[in-house]
Amino acid sequence: MAGIIGYGVHVPHYRIKVEEIARIWNEDPESIKKGLHIKEKSVPSHDEDAATIAVEAARRAVKHAGVKATDIGAIYVGSESHPYAVKPTATIVSQAISAGHNLTAADLEFACKAGTAGMQMLMGMSDSGMIKYGMTIGSDTSQGRPGDALEYTASAGGAAFIIGKEKSESVATILDTVSFTSDTPDFWRREGADFPSHGGRFTGEPAYFRHVTTATKMLLEKTGFKPSDFKYAVFHQPNGKFPIAAAKLLGFSQEQIDDGLLTPIIGNTYSGASLLGLAAVLDKASPGDKVLVTSFGSGAGSDSFAIEVNDIINEKRTRSEKVLDIINNGKLYIDYAMYLKNRKGIRK
Amino acid sequence: MERSSASMWRKLNSRYNLVGTECENCKSLYFPSRIVCKNCGRQTKMRNKTFAGTGEIYSFTKIHVPAEAFREDAPYTVAVIKLDEGPMVEGHIVESGKEVKIGTRVRQVFRKMLVEEDEGLIHYHFKFEPV
Repeated sequence: MAGIIGYGVHVPHYRIKVEEIARIWNEDPESIKKGLHIKEKSVPSHDEDAATIAVEAARRAVKHAGVKATDIGAIYVGSESHPYAVKPTATIVSQAISAGHNLTAADLEFACKAGTAGMQMLMGMSDSGMIKYGMTIGSDTSQGRPGDALEYTASAGGAAFIIGKEKSESVATILDTVSFTSDTPDFWRREGADFPSHGGRFTGEPAYFRHVTTATKMLLEKTGFKPSDFKYAVFHQPNGKFPIAAAKLLGFSQEQIDDGLLTPIIGNTYSGASLLGLAAVLDKASPGDKVLVTSFGSGAGSDSFAIEVNDIINEKRTRSEKVLDIINNGKLYIDYAMYLKNRKGIRK
Repeated sequence: MERSSASMWRKLNSRYNLVGTECENCKSLYFPSRIVCKNCGRQTKMRNKTFAGTGEIYSFTKIHVPAEAFREDAPYTVAVIKLDEGPMVEGHIVESGKEVKIGTRVRQVFRKMLVEEDEGLIHYHFKFEPV
């Protein structure tokens, strides 16, 4: 049965606070902080993009997994901010981790859930024996139109997971997965557009909540598990408020979601969000703990996973930096002018 | 930095992963790669050597008047890094909140070095982050 052999994450050093963005648009920071349940978000440096973030996360994942990069037979990178329209980010990652050339690679796009879609693809490929290991990455430098509500949350970060079949090497076994998909126009970006558009309040009930709750209920029904069987739960987190509400609707407690809820301190890393939450949970989890993860991608769909933590997690945990250390070490706060410069909003 | 697909492609290993060379004869290490060992001449037996990407700042300077390709980046810091394996490497320093001074420990990171205008290539390269 497929499992997680190792994982790694990357979050840029730069941060901008809600207060600083609200200052520019003459909005009340306290009501935004309360409404979106977010304090600050990560901002990429001028020389970071979805590819550099993917590479940093991938290198940490290889170190954590303790595998030879040349044994990775497939690399999938999910993002909605791939630096090239044509020239796969996955090829840059494979070169940068020295994975060799005997592998398949592709870029994926499904708004914020392309990374978990890659995880499902690799589960099938490793269970069938087609590959020994595969790597899926969710990485984004997400865009929010200046003055739009998204500007408070759209951030940068990524996570890489190595999937394989050998339980003795797996920090966690993926017990089961289901997906729920529909044609729902809640959020989109047309080819060539600089910023995404969205349906405002339509992004809530018919989009995020319908897909996240349905996929999670389908998983619970299929596996026979109850919410109380899980020590941790991670839901996609476009802001800090939605996953808390989804957890409540589904019968999960605040305690179950706290450790995987990172958006209040780094913003919405889009394709990276669910996977970063899962990585943060795995940093703390003990052997035998069960973890539920449900991603969401606009457009729209959700992938839900039931995961059980294995004994080797304690040994592998010592090999690389923890998610919260990466997030908290070396934070550099910038003002709105520097934010614009880093995002190429102003140019010399 | 050359703006051609072929020259970029040839240098990917050194630019992404700090791949230099080692003379199997005398164990001398080189970055960038050399074909002929300075010590062994015709007895050279070179092989590729991937450096760990850790070291310390040997010397540094801040660039305020940059080359045209880096005008958006200025001011930025360039340093000579003494790799733990020995060779000296020139590299850009990225901000990490740590002080940049002689002796500061650094690690290799993966960043954009140059973005060609309009429809051109993006050149990725190692840089160094104080740790």
